[in-house]
Amino acid sequence: MRADRIASRTLFYLFLTAIAIAALLPFLWMVSTSLKAREAIFAIPIRWIPREPSLEAYKAIFTLTNINFIRAFINSMQVAVLLTFLPLITSAMAAFAFAKFNFKGKQVLFSAFLLTMMIPGTITMIPNFITLKTMRLLNTYTALVLPSLCNSMGIFLMRQNFVKIHDEYLEAAVMDGASLYRIFWTIILPLAKPVLFTMGLFNFMGAWNNFLWPLIILTDRKKWTLQLGLSNLGSNFYNYQHYQMAGALISIVPIIIVYLISQRYVEQGLSTGGIKG
Amino acid sequence: MYIGGVRQKRVAILLFLAPAVVALVLFYLLPIATSLVLSLLEYDPLRPVSDIKFVGLRNFIDYFKYQDMRDQYLHVLYYIGLYIPLVLATSVLEAMLLNRTFKAKTLYKVLLYLPVISSWVAVALIWRWLLHGEYGIINIMLRTIGIQGPSWLHNKSWAMPGVVMAAVWKDTGYYALIVLAALKGIDRNYYEAARIDGASAIKQFRFITLPLVSPTIFLLLVINIIAGFQVFESIYVMTEGGPAGATRVPVEQVYRNAFTYYKMGYASAIAWVLGIVIIIATIIQFRFEKLWVSYES
Repeated sequence: MRADRIASRTLFYLFLTAIAIAALLPFLWMVSTSLKAREAIFAIPIRWIPREPSLEAYKAIFTLTNINFIRAFINSMQVAVLLTFLPLITSAMAAFAFAKFNFKGKQVLFSAFLLTMMIPGTITMIPNFITLKTMRLLNTYTALVLPSLCNSMGIFLMRQNFVKIHDEYLEAAVMDGASLYRIFWTIILPLAKPVLFTMGLFNFMGAWNNFLWPLIILTDRKKWTLQLGLSNLGSNFYNYQHYQMAGALISIVPIIIVYLISQRYVEQGLSTGGIKG
Repeated sequence: MYIGGVRQKRVAILLFLAPAVVALVLFYLLPIATSLVLSLLEYDPLRPVSDIKFVGLRNFIDYFKYQDMRDQYLHVLYYIGLYIPLVLATSVLEAMLLNRTFKAKTLYKVLLYLPVISSWVAVALIWRWLLHGEYGIINIMLRTIGIQGPSWLHNKSWAMPGVVMAAVWKDTGYYALIVLAALKGIDRNYYEAARIDGASAIKQFRFITLPLVSPTIFLLLVINIIAGFQVFESIYVMTEGGPAGATRVPVEQVYRNAFTYYKMGYASAIAWVLGIVIIIATIIQFRFEKLWVSYES
């Protein structure tokens, strides 16, 4: 029995270490490569810690003529902020209507929202491109934001949350002469802070990492987000792996910082909604 | 809820719903119809509207007739067949580890989650480098134990397994946390009773853990098959469908036909076939659900 325990304990730590190494090694290799000079990246045997650490790759990618990474970084920030807050507001508004009012066709409308989660993005992608092209919105961030104003997962989760808010609060506010808009801003939203925060976080991560839709909408290099710049770096500098790794690192760091600050909420969001970042 | 006057309420409800509903109609519901119509047209957005031609089912017939469709689906099925068993196995294993108590567990969870929050583009670039035939760290490690690794993404038979490795690495942490939530819901008493009866660890896993997390695994299976058929970003950045078309998959072909060749009618036909395949695959899974998924009553 005791030997059994020790064996199982050893096996447990063995797996634990193996998985940790497998998860971390690619990142370490990324950092290591990004700090090497061009000749050093193809050196065998490999060196985890560069003999002569060099910032060559970082200097290079920030001074490329065809991809402006500083601009792309700022663009990504802008897009991520827009895509974090605007869908959050529109879905909170819709969720409020679904949670606290009765109106004709409520069930049908709510089902229609849920249905969107099952429509493959592949089908809507081409018509949406044509619609936005007709609206002359190609190469604008408005075109990135508009489709996401219908955020069914957000509406669904927030509605569940708003339903729990007692009607008495709201009725008391009405007695005091508050309008419905005021109630929404001053009572509903503050009470729903945790769920808003979690949703916002997932919106941010999704927006930051978003690739396919910006790829379709933003053809103008000046408008490119970080992911588009990075993908282009990957194809234009195919054998400059230190550039690619430096670019990858820069694109990952902001999301890691956001994640570390709010790790607790990410996990909560996962266990309640199963939303993918 | 009884607040506000009837009139005020009507206007308010309308205003609260308006933005989301407009987006719903414009970008989700109408496009279903538009896409279906498009699939029957020859449509190039760069050419004048008068050039739009109605071609009936020709886009679909072309897609079925040439090797395109068969190849794309063979590739995507190969991807799904490799990816799903691997990712489910690793995430169940990881979840079981996380279900025990050990020091620095929070830190460990954070580590496992890093690949999940990283963008696919970054992950694809990292893995392209790890899988480099000559200087990739994976082949270098294989060489130390005497194996000459393939040139992964440049090799027709190894490109897809290479993509799958990257995908499993990226997604395991995400599914592990979902499985962990299910494991936490299992009543400890089951294991107590099994231990008293002298059941081995393997038997406990087979007859207690597995049946009780089977609904979660089923859910992950359904989600993953739907997502698997739509695999795109990993392929686009890692292989661009190559080498020699060995990793061409439906969504990547929708993208290429629509936005590189501007054959939007043909691309819509590919998208619709994909949509129907996904629906059929989902129905089949629910048919077989009862055979192996156990729900506690």
